[in-house]
Amino acid sequence: MVNRSNSPSIQLTDLAKSFGSVSAVDGVDLTIAEGEFFSMLGPSGSGKTTVLRMIAGFEQPTRGTVSLAGQDVTGLPPFARDVNTVFQDYALFPHMSIAENVEYGLRVKRVPKAERRTRVGEALETVRLSSHGDRRPHQLSGGQRQRVALARALINRPTVLLLDEPLGALDLKLRREMQIELKAIQREVGITFVFVTHDQEEALTLSDRIAIFNDGRILQVATPRELYETPNSAFVAGFVGTSNLLTGAAARSVVGRDGTFSIRPEKIHLDDVPDGAATTAGVIREVVYLGSANHFVVDLDVPDGPDNPENRGNPTSLTVLRQNTATAGTALGRGERVRLSWLPENVIELASTLSTAPSAITEESA
Amino acid sequence: MILSRTAKAALAAVTGLVLLVIYAPLALVVVNSFNTSRSFSWPPDGFTTKWWNVAWRNTEVRDALGLSLQVAAVSTVISLVLGTMAALALQRYRFFGRDAVSLLIILPIALPGIVTGLAFQSLFKSMLGIDLGFWTIVVAHATFCIVTVFNNVLARLRRVGGNLEEASMDLGAGTFTTFRLVTFPMLRSALLAGGLLAFALSFDEIIVTTFTSGTSRTLPIWILDHMFRPNDAPVVNVVAAALIFASIIPIWIAQRLSQGNELVGAKT
Repeated sequence: MVNRSNSPSIQLTDLAKSFGSVSAVDGVDLTIAEGEFFSMLGPSGSGKTTVLRMIAGFEQPTRGTVSLAGQDVTGLPPFARDVNTVFQDYALFPHMSIAENVEYGLRVKRVPKAERRTRVGEALETVRLSSHGDRRPHQLSGGQRQRVALARALINRPTVLLLDEPLGALDLKLRREMQIELKAIQREVGITFVFVTHDQEEALTLSDRIAIFNDGRILQVATPRELYETPNSAFVAGFVGTSNLLTGAAARSVVGRDGTFSIRPEKIHLDDVPDGAATTAGVIREVVYLGSANHFVVDLDVPDGPDNPENRGNPTSLTVLRQNTATAGTALGRGERVRLSWLPENVIELASTLSTAPSAITEESA
Repeated sequence: MILSRTAKAALAAVTGLVLLVIYAPLALVVVNSFNTSRSFSWPPDGFTTKWWNVAWRNTEVRDALGLSLQVAAVSTVISLVLGTMAALALQRYRFFGRDAVSLLIILPIALPGIVTGLAFQSLFKSMLGIDLGFWTIVVAHATFCIVTVFNNVLARLRRVGGNLEEASMDLGAGTFTTFRLVTFPMLRSALLAGGLLAFALSFDEIIVTTFTSGTSRTLPIWILDHMFRPNDAPVVNVVAAALIFASIIPIWIAQRLSQGNELVGAKT
């Protein structure tokens, strides 16, 4: 949490957008503070990009308002808003050089030539592309184009920078590098970043706060830690990290009562029982070696297991993640009977049911 | 694709034959324009530049050529403006009847020229009572010349997408600045290609022109009128030969441009 002051940079009030009969965004209320690195996270089609485009002014909301720095900008076109965007496919002008691309915002705002030159030089330096000013976009690599897009969007010194899945087209290694760079640049310029992504790991790494989107609504707005430790719904528990969702017989077996609960795979111990822990037993069905850790699927001792009609569609097994530390003990194999234990405070009771959750149990967080 | 030696040889032979069928008659026209014989006897009697001289001094030919060039130029300009505007409207905005409008714009190129010609003649002469001439030819030509520009610009807009324009507006440029600095440069080569095609379509059009030209004669109409008169046949030949040479230039430019396009269209 860096430089966060209390004045709201962006305020969305009951924002909604329909395309024909399809509702893309359905009543979003959100306040983003100045200098915040804010992420909108959700599966594709959840409305996060549409919200971003309404902040930028590319889409007009069907209902609700957008305020920037306390001023209602709902009806204003993109060029009248103090907001700049880094597009998913960068949208660099192919017929202009890198320097001309970066200069564009100053050029259309009729900034004097001399000042333009200095600021373009500074911007290219910020993104470490000073020697590439004369090249064309197609002569640069994906990571370099991404940095040009960033420099071009930052040169107008907007109050808010919008980033629409800007790292989506990069390979994993470059992505990691750019994440670190992005965070550093945000700290340096100190302006509000609104970052749209469907990559939960990326959102957790970068953000001060995250909003979880699903079906055009926000389910939860919280810091990465709060989202991970105390998700408010089955969807959030399943979307952010990997989670064991317990309902029906599994809930009764593990928690001892009916309801919907979530427990993270790394909070479950195998065999070693800490003080004050609750326990149950099960049989190892699957072991996946992940290098630094092992991933176990343990079938619980649930009456009739998957054959019980009550268990249909509900998991009767737990996913357990055990670090391969020096003291991790003996290797456990398939078919072995194990004792599972956990601290009661790590079991989170959720409001909604399993039906809204994605296939969280099988989702791989490695 | 891997081809056997025989297949390659066969394809080369077919290619050669097709090119021969296309270009041998054209070569004959060029050769005959230098043939001393009035009746184009084969083999040629001898070499002469007399017919080129006669043609050059023929004011009828020059007037017809001048009219054709003017008609083609004006139709092309009209097509460029209207075709671009129509393509932008249909590609960038959604409105009621969009598909119908798109169909109606493209239709004239598929309509038989004789129908278009007939329709315009009855409109201009019977209904509006306008004297047929330069402007009636231009209007009639523009109806189908628009299509080539429209199609080229539409294809380009589809490929480029609206993202660049959004980026431009996002950076503070208004609608017209965006068109001037981003949209137009992206369309430039498509406009040239569409414009060249429109020019060529108008320049050699004969059927619609017959119905809408009244007493004025474009070059194709002059050729049609004179080609069966034995006295004028050599001059017609010279004009045809000159047109062959003149056609090479725009086609060469268009090809150079489309090669350039691959570069411009490279992934951004």
